[in-house]
Amino acid sequence: MWSFTPEELVAIKLSLRVASVATLASLPFGILVAYVLSRGRFRGKMLLDGVVYLPLVLPPVVTGYVLLILFGRRGPLGAFLEDAFGIVLSFRWTGAALAAAVMSFPLMVRAIRLAMDTIDRRSEEAAATLGASPMWVFLTVTLPLAMPGIVAGAMLGFAKALGEFGATITFVSNIPGETQTIPAAIYSYTQTPGGDEGAFRLSVIAIVIALGALVASELLSRHTTRRRAGLG
Amino acid sequence: MIEVSCRLVRPRFVLDASFTAPNGCVALFGPSGSGKSTIVRLLAGLERPDRGRIVVDGRTLVDTEARIDVPVHKRRVGLVFQDGQLLPHLSVRQNLDYGRSFAPRDARGVPFDAVVDLLGIGHLLKARPATLSGGERQRVSIGRALLAAPRLLVMDEPLASLDAARKLEILPFIERLRDEWDLPIVYVSHAVEEVARLANTVVRLSEGRVVAEGPPNEVIGAPAGDAGEAAFPALSLVSAKVVHERPEFSVAILEHPAGEIVLPGSAFRVGETVRVAIAATNVALAVEEPHGLSVRTRLRGRIWRVEAGPGPSVHVTVELSGGDRIVASLTRLAVADLDLKEGREVFALVKTVAIDETAVATLRRDQAGPR
Repeated sequence: MWSFTPEELVAIKLSLRVASVATLASLPFGILVAYVLSRGRFRGKMLLDGVVYLPLVLPPVVTGYVLLILFGRRGPLGAFLEDAFGIVLSFRWTGAALAAAVMSFPLMVRAIRLAMDTIDRRSEEAAATLGASPMWVFLTVTLPLAMPGIVAGAMLGFAKALGEFGATITFVSNIPGETQTIPAAIYSYTQTPGGDEGAFRLSVIAIVIALGALVASELLSRHTTRRRAGLG
Repeated sequence: MIEVSCRLVRPRFVLDASFTAPNGCVALFGPSGSGKSTIVRLLAGLERPDRGRIVVDGRTLVDTEARIDVPVHKRRVGLVFQDGQLLPHLSVRQNLDYGRSFAPRDARGVPFDAVVDLLGIGHLLKARPATLSGGERQRVSIGRALLAAPRLLVMDEPLASLDAARKLEILPFIERLRDEWDLPIVYVSHAVEEVARLANTVVRLSEGRVVAEGPPNEVIGAPAGDAGEAAFPALSLVSAKVVHERPEFSVAILEHPAGEIVLPGSAFRVGETVRVAIAATNVALAVEEPHGLSVRTRLRGRIWRVEAGPGPSVHVTVELSGGDRIVASLTRLAVADLDLKEGREVFALVKTVAIDETAVATLRRDQAGPR
């Protein structure tokens, strides 16, 4: 029962890689966008807000289709990336990472933004009056104070990326060894006679990884809170 | 020299304030909503005036006409917030060091150990801000501002959240900064005793405007004008020299040309000049030298002005022999019964125990007044 087939192991490894790359690559952008949304006062802020949260409310298939149009080999961005950098996204694991990143981005940004919203602005002002330039204030005050939210956002994004299915299968299809992540593999097993056992094993793995990510994020944020309170 | 002349319009609030003060300690004094904190934010650069200019020691911080606006981090205005505002993720030592690294090389002469000693926070260096008491946090906050080598120290109600004992602990530090470090200080408070004790110049604000500015005894002693200012207790400032102490009674005896003043407490040095703030409600008047009375402080003088206010009370200002004026708050009935009129010779009686210890200030010689 608990011996994984090579295909299943490939799917697990691929999923971890796709989710890790998606999370790490989108995190800097997530922090930046969260900062802009939390602190910025500019025209078009509502539009940016809307675009960021769009994947959360759109049918994932639509998001996948939009990615296909934009980043497919003949799409405007896809063609550019291939010509300029030799990066091909469609039907590759990198495309799966992009789809996962786009789908998990709203959750990540939301957690970080909430953390930044609750920072006492006077801490930042105090740092500025002590001589810290806006960049230093961001690096030495805003970022560390938002750290619990950033960790939570990254973990949430990772868990979401791990489970992404609709946009991924639409954008990069379901190719074993290349784009077949855990959810896609589970889907394939359920469509195949006698695939129940594999589907069950992979589902358990998905639950374990997601739960692990949530527990890890909770522990990390507790650790920071304890340090702040002067207990650690 | 601190010059402020700013106009700023916000929904439901208009600030239109101008004042000029020599170096030393300038107190901004007024009820909440009078614009004190807005001026603090303008000085620090956290708020920008719609129109106006601020010049400190010949350095223009903002001038809307000349399009000058020095950004917050380059102003070197040390700001001490009401509740300290220590950075919660850093230790006390890291908080103290924070501003130091940004100070220009030639201004780093502020010795860390001296500041830590002055404020008595050496034992707290490893602690996190969350574990400190209000008074400790406030002292660390003052230290942090000083170590950034500011050219102007701005303190926004630094003692508001502290109890009386903590206030007595911190006030002498601020006096030492003013006197020993020659650092210009803008001190915001609505506590008249603190202002009386620290300020060389008082700027009184009401509804976003300057209603009075000048030396403390002129501004604070002045009777309340319109209803907005009536919230301030009338207070007089009297300066005198400590001639001897009576430690067995925990009092000090001061010599004033108008008579002896008995002060509570024992933190005085013989020979120093102190300024005492006395609330008008703690002063009684006698038309002849009283006998068999417990009140020790009896000051001879002449009635200078009698001002009836609304209600039963009257402010009677007495010009003491040898300078200084003292205000007594009396009932209209007493004024009528004793026939208190301008020019009449009287004794002003002050109960020693009614004098607030926070309101007793040590003065430098040049601030001690004409005497």
